[in-house]
Amino acid sequence: MDKPKFVYVSYIESTPEKVWNALSDPELTRRYWFNHENVSDWSVGSKWQHILKGDQDKVHIVGKVLESEPPHKLVVSWARPVDEANEAKHSRVTYLLEALEKSVRLTVTHEEFGDDQEMLQSVSFGWPAVISGLKTLLETGRALPAKM
Amino acid sequence: MVTDTDKVFKALADPSRRRLLDLLHAENGQTLGELCAHLDMTRQAVTKHLVLLEDANLVVTVWRGREKLHYLNPMPITEIFDRWVGKYERQQVRALADLKKALEEN
Repeated sequence: MDKPKFVYVSYIESTPEKVWNALSDPELTRRYWFNHENVSDWSVGSKWQHILKGDQDKVHIVGKVLESEPPHKLVVSWARPVDEANEAKHSRVTYLLEALEKSVRLTVTHEEFGDDQEMLQSVSFGWPAVISGLKTLLETGRALPAKM
Repeated sequence: MVTDTDKVFKALADPSRRRLLDLLHAENGQTLGELCAHLDMTRQAVTKHLVLLEDANLVVTVWRGREKLHYLNPMPITEIFDRWVGKYERQQVRALADLKKALEEN
């Protein structure tokens, strides 16, 4: 088995329901994910899209919902739109939400990149800022700016 | 009371622990044995440092079969960065850091 390339853990003062909502609601994702909406009905087998909003919306990432257990676990595949039909080029993201006494331990794992070094580079730069933005939004209600 | 931020700075204040983070930055997801191979320390000492790093959330572990893999978790450092680097300064700060790196590598 391939080992994960990245594992990110953040403690967020919130509830699993609110964190789940922030990961799956397009209006909310847009506020911390650099103006990208995550769109899906989040049931197993459904498609999901990661869309940059603007004058013309641009789909940046597509994939399928592989596992969905609200508000505890969400697993999705992750690919460029051109690689949608080519599953060998899909990586996999797992979100794990564990309730603690006053916070949620959010673990994000990204794995199975195959030999796609370019995708590896771009996500390794992006995830920490996205997760930190999610934490700030949930804990303070303030969103980080759309631009880095 | 020791806050989470205190734990992060305390963990980072030790050169051996920073070296461990460097090793994971170079190659993420290493076992204790792999980390020990790069260090002039006893296995017990490395374990002790890893426990402190884990407690500060700077290192997280994942089991793959019988292997315990260690990952560098950049989240506490990202949160510290976000705390003090103004939201409109990030691009400039990164550009300057990249410039310094490029000049020093030449």
